[in-house]
Amino acid sequence: MYNAKFVIPGAIIFVGLFTAPFWTNVFSAKHEAVKLELPQKPVTFFGEERTQCIEPREWMAANHMEMLIEWRDKALRENKRIYVATDGRKWETSLQNTCMACHTNKAEFCDKCHTANSVSPYCWDCHVEPQGNK
Amino acid sequence: MTIAFAATLLILFVGWAGSALGLQYLFGVILPLVAGAVFIIGFVWKLVRWAKSPVPFAIPTVAGQQRSLDWIKPSRLECPWTTPAVLVRMLLEVFAFRSLFRNTRAERTVIDGTPRVTYFSNKWLWLFALLFHYGMLVIIIRHARFFLDPVPACIAVVEFVDGVFQIGAPRFYLTDAFILAGLAFLLLRRVVSERLRYISLPADWFALFLLIAIAVSGILMRYVCKVDINQVKEVIMGLATLHPVSPTGIGSIFFIHVTFVSVLLIYFPFSKLMHMGGVFMSPTRNMKCNTRQERHVNPWNPWAIDDPQANYHKYAEYEDDYRDAMVEAGLPVDKQPEA
Repeated sequence: MYNAKFVIPGAIIFVGLFTAPFWTNVFSAKHEAVKLELPQKPVTFFGEERTQCIEPREWMAANHMEMLIEWRDKALRENKRIYVATDGRKWETSLQNTCMACHTNKAEFCDKCHTANSVSPYCWDCHVEPQGNK
Repeated sequence: MTIAFAATLLILFVGWAGSALGLQYLFGVILPLVAGAVFIIGFVWKLVRWAKSPVPFAIPTVAGQQRSLDWIKPSRLECPWTTPAVLVRMLLEVFAFRSLFRNTRAERTVIDGTPRVTYFSNKWLWLFALLFHYGMLVIIIRHARFFLDPVPACIAVVEFVDGVFQIGAPRFYLTDAFILAGLAFLLLRRVVSERLRYISLPADWFALFLLIAIAVSGILMRYVCKVDINQVKEVIMGLATLHPVSPTGIGSIFFIHVTFVSVLLIYFPFSKLMHMGGVFMSPTRNMKCNTRQERHVNPWNPWAIDDPQANYHKYAEYEDDYRDAMVEAGLPVDKQPEA
């Protein structure tokens, strides 16, 4: 092999960079799944006790950000404060009064997945961040 | 083009069918792991194979004056004669695509009634190539958030800058637009220009279609048919820790994206995409332009004519082989034939 003193370090840098996830994780036995604190008690909305989320759970897990941004536009720019879910139930378009009525604990609910996946939503640039449950 | 397009559609179908038929484990765990191994091993194998090939001549490409006499000004960067200068030229080539910056286009024009060939500087290829490559780099760095836990702060910084305009939710990444713009240009120049279309091979089209498919499937997964990325992270961390997690329940777009990426990884070391490693291995770029100072010895011909061990066919032997024919043709010979 020619120019081994350049080729071998180069190859090592390449392999090191592309296998970095393995080396950084090699000492941690198993990746631990995120554990969320899900609401336990039913909450009353529009005079009705509800235990189900606004839309099905799987849909919410993947698409909640889209709903939140839509709610923001509806509530703040069009002053439409009522959202009708796909199952016909009515909800107030409000992060504070609707979402956080059940999901009271930001640190144990929102932040868990967001931190794990390096997502930094700018909800709390305007909204008051709930204190005391960090 | 048709072959490459059909092959890309076939991969799309296979990826989709894999998730539809319940083969999530095969397409979400086994295929990416195999692809990763093929990529790493194939890449290193290719590097070693290139490193084993001797370079018979000093063939650096230059665009400036070589160093010779003291009163002639040499061009340090365009004709580097020291290792550091070679290194600087190489780094500029890798990070700024300098040789592509010199790209020209020949056109037949008429100047003062005389038909002429004119060379125009053509920077579009350079610009869009930069756009694509840097977009791709940032996208790969961004994907580290799925492979590392906890996610390092530097990844979050890259994500912040990439989504700095805060358009929509999930935030729109600028590099998504850059990579598509770059790929669209690279594809369209092959479609629009007759000359390029004529010299384009299936391998040229396939690399482009594959990269477009990866970018589009990724963009769709982020903005249109979203998947639960928390679940995705579990699966990918399972791969990174070699403790695979069953990827059932994730939308089929994830499997389509992963299948495309796996095909890219497998295809990479055996294709033109190996220019990623090849740029460092190019003798035209990595050799010193010091041919006036040092003699480049051909590795398989170390000028050992006088070496009795070397098995060369010397002129005397050559004349022995062909003496009669040479005399017959009237060619001069050192040793006259015996009468």
